[in-house]
Amino acid sequence: MREPEKIDAEIIKDHGLTVEEYEKIKKALKREPNFTELGIFSVMWSEHCSYKSSKLILKKFPTKGSNILVEAGKENAGVVDIGDGLAVVFKMESHNHPSAIEPFQGAATGVGGIIRDIFTMGARPVLLMDSLRFGPVSDPKSRYLLRGVVGGIAFYGNCIGIPTVGGETFFDESYKGNPLVNVLCLGIVKKNSIIKAKAEGEGNTIFYVGSSTGRDGLGGASFASRELTDESHKDRPSVQIGDPFMEKLLLEATLELIRTGVVVGMQDMGAAGLTSSTVETASRGNSGAQIDISRVPRREKGMIPYEVMLSESQERMLVVVKKNKEEEAKKIFKKWDLNAVPIGKVTSDGVFKVKEGEKVVASIPVKSLTDDAPIYLRERAKPKYLEEANNLDLSSLPLPENIEKVFVKILSSPNISSKRWIFEQYDHMVGTNTILLPGHDSAVVRVKETRKAIAVSCDGNGRYCYLDPYEGGKIAVAEAARNVVCVGAKPLAITNCLNFGTPTDPEIFWQFTKCVEGIAIACRELETPVTGGNVSFYNENPQGAIDPTPIVGMLGLINDFSFLCTPWFKKEGDLIILLGNGEKSIGGSEYLQCIHQLKKGRPPELDLTTEKLLQKTCLELIKKGLVNSAHDVSDGGLAICLAECCILNRENLIGATINLERDIDEREDILLFGEVQSQIILSCSPQNFPYIEKIANKNKISLKLLGKVGGENLIIKKEGKVLISKNIKEIHKIWENSLVKEIKI
Amino acid sequence: MKFGVVIFPGSNCDYDCWWAIKQVTGERVDFIWHKEKNIENFDCIVLPGGFSYGDYLRTGAIARFSPVMRKIKEFAQRGGLVIGICNGFQILLEAGLLPGAMRKNKNLLFVCKYTYLRVENCSTPFTRLFKRGQILRMPIAHFEGNYYTDQDVLSKLKKNNQIIFRYCNRKGEITEEDNPNGSLEAIAGICNKEKNILGMMPHPERCSEAILGSEDGKIIWESIVESLKDRNRGKK
Amino acid sequence: MFNAKVYISLKEGVADPQGATIKHALDSLGFKGVNEVKTGKYFQIELNIKNKREAEKQIEDMCKKILVNPVIEKYEYEIEEIKR
Repeated sequence: MREPEKIDAEIIKDHGLTVEEYEKIKKALKREPNFTELGIFSVMWSEHCSYKSSKLILKKFPTKGSNILVEAGKENAGVVDIGDGLAVVFKMESHNHPSAIEPFQGAATGVGGIIRDIFTMGARPVLLMDSLRFGPVSDPKSRYLLRGVVGGIAFYGNCIGIPTVGGETFFDESYKGNPLVNVLCLGIVKKNSIIKAKAEGEGNTIFYVGSSTGRDGLGGASFASRELTDESHKDRPSVQIGDPFMEKLLLEATLELIRTGVVVGMQDMGAAGLTSSTVETASRGNSGAQIDISRVPRREKGMIPYEVMLSESQERMLVVVKKNKEEEAKKIFKKWDLNAVPIGKVTSDGVFKVKEGEKVVASIPVKSLTDDAPIYLRERAKPKYLEEANNLDLSSLPLPENIEKVFVKILSSPNISSKRWIFEQYDHMVGTNTILLPGHDSAVVRVKETRKAIAVSCDGNGRYCYLDPYEGGKIAVAEAARNVVCVGAKPLAITNCLNFGTPTDPEIFWQFTKCVEGIAIACRELETPVTGGNVSFYNENPQGAIDPTPIVGMLGLINDFSFLCTPWFKKEGDLIILLGNGEKSIGGSEYLQCIHQLKKGRPPELDLTTEKLLQKTCLELIKKGLVNSAHDVSDGGLAICLAECCILNRENLIGATINLERDIDEREDILLFGEVQSQIILSCSPQNFPYIEKIANKNKISLKLLGKVGGENLIIKKEGKVLISKNIKEIHKIWENSLVKEIKI
Repeated sequence: MKFGVVIFPGSNCDYDCWWAIKQVTGERVDFIWHKEKNIENFDCIVLPGGFSYGDYLRTGAIARFSPVMRKIKEFAQRGGLVIGICNGFQILLEAGLLPGAMRKNKNLLFVCKYTYLRVENCSTPFTRLFKRGQILRMPIAHFEGNYYTDQDVLSKLKKNNQIIFRYCNRKGEITEEDNPNGSLEAIAGICNKEKNILGMMPHPERCSEAILGSEDGKIIWESIVESLKDRNRGKK
Repeated sequence: MFNAKVYISLKEGVADPQGATIKHALDSLGFKGVNEVKTGKYFQIELNIKNKREAEKQIEDMCKKILVNPVIEKYEYEIEEIKR
């Protein structure tokens, strides 16, 4: 690359900066910027780094709580106290655009990035989870993306040795060409060993550690802040290659280094690489920083300062080390065969100064790049599609002639059927902490040397959010919380990944605002503060924007893992109980999409007060050892939930007989496949039933006896009339094999 | 009695092995850095799973050149017990301490799941507390566990009872369907002629505690302890 | 009949961690003067096609459609006739 002689309007535009923003830069510098400085401003002020469109809206999130040790936004990831002197560090991040261009490396580097965010805080990463969205499996391009993304996550996670313990995958037309790849990483750290992403203390040394710098990922942050077009595949330099082996060395060396006490602060060189890591750490420390980029290890010849500053080569970190302790740090990195070069010092003048040898190539006030970056409140308008989409005329929907056939079809839908093909490609057991294998309501890992276990669930229903972003946002939180409750964990806090279209479109920004409001109110009610997260805008393809898709990652805590509760039925003769009494809705359901090809109506209503009581009740029942299983009623409705309870333990399939009462005027399709909030299916020994009833009554939560566990069939009757009667082995086979069959086409 | 768990750059089951052996046996377990040249005081060496050197050339191909490997060869020649699990098994193959090689899994995907194993030989130091034909439930997690060797070597393995574990179904039958990676004759683990070096793809350290869903792996650690106790008695 | 040898490697500027790790191993094994190691894939494809130009077109198509990911990889090939 050659440096242009003069910065003209074209160059400013290419950097995604508006005329007003350019004027603001001139004001901050009190002069014209040079090309390197322009590059630095453009990435620091990009949506990806500055959150300029979302910042004001995100203020609606509750962020305080009694066990929140580091509040959202203060560090790279949230920190939650779990007792025993330990804390959990967790965060979720998207890598949607890179995965659309090169699915394998895009997903792999997404995993690498979020892991670095966790261990640079001093925590040992103990689990990964992923939330994936693709176009229909029937579409060859979507299958290609699915294979690549899953392969990439497996490649990186397996190699570095952090188990991918669960997640969720959903297929819908709206994600065609713009898949969503959201990865959550969670680590555990001793409370007194948390490392901040701060550069402070004048004279302390700034180290560059890890891979050498190439031209890859040049300007990736601004790339993520643009829509995908047919030309996007030509954005080659933005593709980065992941090196999990290098990152494993970085991880071990970093944790070893932290134990020596010489580290002041550190940050991953993620989006906007060397620029953002130096600027952000200096900003948090209210310091300045001076670096000499002639010392930066390079992989390619002839790189200009602009390229070095904006490169997004992977597996690099910035480490601030106490002065006079540099040799100690070097020794550890050498042991692990890692590049570690002192490139500069922390200063006290609040200026970010970049030199190449003796020549100053950039000099910018730190705060102008961070705190003083532009912030926008975008225009909002209720989308026009909503009126039509919300209007679902039930009478126009024909009743299915053969309800059992419908059951089989929904059971084999890629959104419902087993995701074994995906999770068996992930090493989900390394670390020997996984005490609930993937494929259930939550992932659960025990914490060694304590009795505790951590439960995590990822949730977010794009269809619901498309039809009602506010309710959809609420539901994402409630459902994620319910999922951790079902394994016996108390919900503590959330992280999130907010995936939307282009924020300058008022309808998109309205969806975004409503979703955030929904998440915020649910988090407040359920007392699970937001510890951080990530916003991904510009998720559009030539056909339009994706369905608004906020993904919530819920952290739950089990105090004694011997009380872990699993979702499957266990014993012949156990009673089956429906806890909770939400209003069923067919709007936005899998049934409506799968059978009638409609994305219409309204999602089920969620009453947060009831939800909270339901969760409290369920937790109390589990903690008292009264129930043998708990599984929440979710996608696919009651019939699918019951089927799952029968087959989730493939080592011991077990049938059930269910008698449903008549609900006034309720259609059979709604009864079986209508989706609902605040309902959980439990099973228990008959002698425990009276105690369960008592506790439910005390908490004013409705409870219905549905039937009994046992036999080789799942039989669902309504007032004696058999609606579904199917052999459990057959149900299991259909559910287990459907997705694989479609993928292997 | 002292176990040693080797750490290569990229090992990732090192700590898991350390933890499992400690939990099960209560014996002393130390880590051995791959550049270490002195392993005199160990009684059993564990080569753990992982992706040594990223598995970037071939699995195990670079790790076999680590300084510690020469010492491990000498240790094994003296009769010391060596167990290689997953990547550790691959390293033993590359180093020529066990015969054969690994190909990519038959489905060309990484596979992580529980499998059933049949114990084919229970008169080794690693399997002496099993019963012959005993069926175990043990997880695998690998991309390249599709064992291969030529007919000559295979018949030698059979003749000398060097095949220790085979993949099978719940009833102990060997079927195509229950062979998770396409391994020759469903081989999951083999040992050398002298029976002091064991290589296996399944992970005993991942099923050594009830909370993890299976305790079948425990018996391997317990067998090793029994064997070492016998040996030490002999010495005295 | 033609025999095609297809060589696929990473484009200039795309990071090659495998190559870098293998180089490091060669260095530490005492091989002197190794400047760079690059990894790639090699395919040998036998074509039952009579015309050389047609064979070239086929290989070119295969590379573009499936063998190569143009986002990160480049390719070269040689085609020679096999006489039986």
